[in-house]
Amino acid sequence: MNNSPKLILTDIADYHKLDVYKANGGYNQFRKALTMQPDEIINEVKASGLRGRGGAAFPTGLKWSFMPKGNDIIKYLAVNGDESEPGSFKDRQIFEYNPHQLIEGILIAAYAMGITASYIYIRGEYHKWIDLMQKALDDAYAAGLVGQKMKDTFGTNFSTDIYIHKGAGAYICGEETSLMNSIQGDRGYPRVKPPFPAQFGLWGKPTTVNNVETISTIPAIMKLGASEYAKIGAPGHPGTLLFGVSGHVNKPGVYELPTGTLLTDIIYNVCGGVRGNKKIKAIIPGGSSMPPLRGDEIEGVRMDEDSLKVLGTHIGTGGIMVMDEDTDLVKVTLRIAHFYHHESCGQCTPCREGCGWMEKILKRIAKGEAASSDLDLLIDVANNIEGNTICALGDAAAWPVRGFVTKFRDEFEKAVSQNRVFVAPNAVHGKQATKSNLKFDNQMKYSPAI
Amino acid sequence: MDIAFSQEEIEKLEQIKTKYPEPKAALMPALWMAQKKWGWISPEVMQYISNLLNLPLAHIEGVASFYTMYHKKPMGKHHVQVCTNVSCMLRNGDKIYEHAKEKLGIGHMEATQDGTFSLEEVECMGACGGAPMVAINEDFYENIDIESFDKLLDSLK
Repeated sequence: MNNSPKLILTDIADYHKLDVYKANGGYNQFRKALTMQPDEIINEVKASGLRGRGGAAFPTGLKWSFMPKGNDIIKYLAVNGDESEPGSFKDRQIFEYNPHQLIEGILIAAYAMGITASYIYIRGEYHKWIDLMQKALDDAYAAGLVGQKMKDTFGTNFSTDIYIHKGAGAYICGEETSLMNSIQGDRGYPRVKPPFPAQFGLWGKPTTVNNVETISTIPAIMKLGASEYAKIGAPGHPGTLLFGVSGHVNKPGVYELPTGTLLTDIIYNVCGGVRGNKKIKAIIPGGSSMPPLRGDEIEGVRMDEDSLKVLGTHIGTGGIMVMDEDTDLVKVTLRIAHFYHHESCGQCTPCREGCGWMEKILKRIAKGEAASSDLDLLIDVANNIEGNTICALGDAAAWPVRGFVTKFRDEFEKAVSQNRVFVAPNAVHGKQATKSNLKFDNQMKYSPAI
Repeated sequence: MDIAFSQEEIEKLEQIKTKYPEPKAALMPALWMAQKKWGWISPEVMQYISNLLNLPLAHIEGVASFYTMYHKKPMGKHHVQVCTNVSCMLRNGDKIYEHAKEKLGIGHMEATQDGTFSLEEVECMGACGGAPMVAINEDFYENIDIESFDKLLDSLK
């Protein structure tokens, strides 16, 4: 496991500093890119098999090829560092430990697509990491690696600008069209697609949106060559991935590992196993919007999109959340539902209302006021959100709720039946009796506590 | 109090505008600058920014209210943000939040009377590997428990 390639989170000390990055061959991959035709680079990225690291695992080279060709029109690149998916904390490592590889990746992408300016969108909570990224960017500008001066530095006609845009606490801005609206100074409402960003993006101009990790991988692909890169990890989803492991493991953190690594290897060998040697009850493999896996089905599971898809879930952002046997899954599901209800932008009725309903029903289950039929209602609500909204937040809310209720139906049934409080009608003049205000004396006669 | 940016801040904002093809995009950075200066986005601040950027007041309100990090009321000197999302909850983040409510005697988005502390139950802040986490103003504190949380808060008084 220690021999696995480190393409992004290297072991080199002070790699975040420009001189160290340059001393280790930094910005040479962009120099190499300049000797190639833009289309050659896009084909190289296509051949590498690189798939987006932001959640959807869409082939990056293909996405780049959607952009109109030529340098005579204004085009933008938005680099998504909103990183607001619960359980995801990988891009932060790039801002802190390898910002120049991100900048170099942007330069290569900008040259390949003829980009006028790029915006790195970083979530507002990352104040410190925005400062670190800004420092790296300022250094790169000062060294003539970005902006007008790069024409002299690299002896080329091509120049491009890179800016940082600070978010302000909205999960939805990780959605590509919402992110673009946010950069433009609007509320972060997702846009209806089509038109797709490559046709009508930032300020109506062709735009590509890529994740921070995706772009940071580009220099590594240029260095290794597409065919070598494609040999790393799972064939259908190659390369290394920054897995963020959290929850009940002994050593949580971000680990760069080849795709297709066994989930059990990650948990037991890399992360030192489960706290207190407990059994695993559930795992969310790719951030909180992905359907969970049961603890008894993780044996032999490989962490790449194709393998997880077979199991009805996805790689997402590679945020693995581990829950031990003592975890109250009703509480976890309620917390997830609360999150999506809070973060729904409110544009589409199925999501705005449905997320609220899912939270309400789950609250009822947790409080012991639900019936078994509420579990079916919950799944029904989830089914009616999925696919009926402008953006994927609706799916992101529906999948984990439906996943938990379906995969752990026994636990939810138990929660319903064990916590069930029989409502004493009209106990206190129509006030509904609950567990807390209803007391039984020895003769089993109820007497209201109020 | 007169609401106005200093000359230096105005110049900074002009500099920010050059990053974007349209000046409207400078709104979020302007709101960040305003929050840094005045602590929160008051109706007067919104009116000022509306005039400054030549944007409708309704648009400023719309944006300021959409993003949770812009405070629409005054917060404490130390804004305590406790994450209770799944990764933190699995490691007792919810208990730390309950404890914080009790200790400070305030609830979500409330400030203490003396204005020293304010509390917010936040969604995932991207520090899941160091869960449970608390952020105070712009600083992250990871792997905390009730004891270290108390120490941290007491050190700020």
